[in-house]
Amino acid sequence: MNGSDVTISRVGKSFGSFAALDDVSLDIKKGEFFSLLGPSGCGKTTLLRILGGFEVPDEGTVAIDGVDVVGLSADKRRTNTVFQSYALFPHLSIFENVAFPLRLRKVPSKTLTSRVKDYLSLVQLEAHADKMPAQLSGGQKQRVAIARALINEPSVLLLDEPLSALDAKLRQHMLVELDSIHDKVGITFIYVTHDQGEALSVSDRIAVMNQGRVLQVGPPHEIYEDPATDFVARFIGETNLFRGEVVRSEGLLATVAIPEVGEVLVTTDDPVPALSQVSFAVRPEKIRIAAQKPAAARKDLNVVKGHVDEPIYSGFQTKFYVRTEKGVTFKVFKQHADYSDKGPEIKWKQEVFLSWSAEDGTLVEVARP
Amino acid sequence: MTARPTKGGALYALPNALWLTLFFLAPLLIIVAYSFMKKGLYGGVEPEFSLHAYALLANAGIVKVAFRTLLVALAATALTILVALPVGYNMARSKNQTLKLFLVIVPFWTNFLIRIYAWIAILGNEGTINGFLRSVGLVSDPIHLMYNQGAVILVLVYMYLPYAVLPLFSTMDKFDFILLDAARDLGAGKLESIVKVMLPNVRSGLVTAVLFTFIPIFGAYAVPLLVGGKDGYMLGNVIADQVMKVRDWPFASSISMVVTFVSTVGVLLFLARQKRPGISKEQAAALAAEAAVAAGGGR
Repeated sequence: MNGSDVTISRVGKSFGSFAALDDVSLDIKKGEFFSLLGPSGCGKTTLLRILGGFEVPDEGTVAIDGVDVVGLSADKRRTNTVFQSYALFPHLSIFENVAFPLRLRKVPSKTLTSRVKDYLSLVQLEAHADKMPAQLSGGQKQRVAIARALINEPSVLLLDEPLSALDAKLRQHMLVELDSIHDKVGITFIYVTHDQGEALSVSDRIAVMNQGRVLQVGPPHEIYEDPATDFVARFIGETNLFRGEVVRSEGLLATVAIPEVGEVLVTTDDPVPALSQVSFAVRPEKIRIAAQKPAAARKDLNVVKGHVDEPIYSGFQTKFYVRTEKGVTFKVFKQHADYSDKGPEIKWKQEVFLSWSAEDGTLVEVARP
Repeated sequence: MTARPTKGGALYALPNALWLTLFFLAPLLIIVAYSFMKKGLYGGVEPEFSLHAYALLANAGIVKVAFRTLLVALAATALTILVALPVGYNMARSKNQTLKLFLVIVPFWTNFLIRIYAWIAILGNEGTINGFLRSVGLVSDPIHLMYNQGAVILVLVYMYLPYAVLPLFSTMDKFDFILLDAARDLGAGKLESIVKVMLPNVRSGLVTAVLFTFIPIFGAYAVPLLVGGKDGYMLGNVIADQVMKVRDWPFASSISMVVTFVSTVGVLLFLARQKRPGISKEQAAALAAEAAVAAGGGR
């Protein structure tokens, strides 16, 4: 099997007065595990249905390996879809479900049997070949759907929220399995999800979408560490986000005045001139929390004083909601990296100092004067 | 665990049992009994055992009408289902289901006979179609659209279409249409996806639709009488003639027994061919009962 390049250019699609997709362009590379991530209604499923041949875009083109496929119906494309609801045929056994595409192509029965067995073993379901879909669990159904979608040897596999119907533990397991299937078959995977954790953990690249537009495309760490917009910063993981104005700028070090926090130092990729209107973000796990004021006289350290509003202990970490003197709440995650039998050092209502270095914060949106 | 109440059941079924005994079983037994008696001089029967009425069945004319009835019923049923399938599909996928359901049911508000007369007004020599053809100058003499088998089949299809549409619609409404997307995605053409994925999953509705149309059509009486002419004569008409004109009640009864027998055996064979029970036993019993009613009553 070989993957294909998928080129989406300037695609638009409306349903009545609702613009589901607005000028969407994406370049997906051969063999990539590419995720479309966004809240429900952002247009990601519509885009997937356009790629699969179930919807026709109002504008723009979709090309697979450089060939425009917009006019081709689903059965004429080298794409296959794993549907959110699995869409197994209830009147056919597991074997016949997986054999369905081969029977349509009148593949001789000997080849057919061995191919179906190969794909059932790829998803570890050989033992269930004779069962009916209704007899399988959710995770098993999901795997049948994957085997059935792969047996036609598509060059692009489209996955529409394939894990959303599974419980959390199984989802983790299936995610790892999907990743290993991707490694084995080597074709292009386009994965639609609203779950940022899923997208971050398996994707080569992610496109974050909202209201029919693509906001940012990049590898998971880039999306997480350098969100392009406030929406992306808030949607991916948790963050502390504030609006402010750059008051001083020395090379790649900017000082941002945030009304609710005070002056904050932040390093930037490019020089950002004074008077720029910016949004500043710092991730909760990058903030240190301590009972004493940090002694270091480091120039680039930001320190904020506050009180613990709410400590939420969850084993491997504690989540603190810290209210500052000016009345804003910071989220801070403290990892429990070392063994401790002493119980929490920092308690409810205690006075604490939050600190982070200039490099740990980031400017998200920048409007230069 | 709560035990199922066992005492009340039989009691609750009593009114139904009485009703069926009085209005279904008793008349049926009377017909069975009459078929084995001698005909009375002016109608009625002589209470004397005889197989004469069954001997009369071997008449070439009756056999011919019986075969014609079977063919007309099969053709009309097949056409009804062919028309009902896309209608049911459209209704199941429609956003205006209530409106469309209403439109299917509306004809029931008009009397059965009046609806047949409406067709006479459409198909007759002085009817709408011939009137139109003459006014645009396509024909000068009316074309004979009525009093043939074609007219019988057309009107029968019209009359029994709702009986096929409703069960098909109700099963298709529960069908998950994403399965059609899945079939297309896996390489099936439009028609192929419907035949290979949709039809097997709406089979129970299909079986019900076939039975609900075939059985009453097989015992049809009024439609062939009014639009059929000599060529369209069906068993239902022969039975009526034997009762009303010839006044040979035993013969009418023996023909009724044939109709009952053919529809019941037909239903059972048809159901036996369904590998999985697409239809429940109760439904099958109800249908068998309907077969008998169609044979006896007919309209």
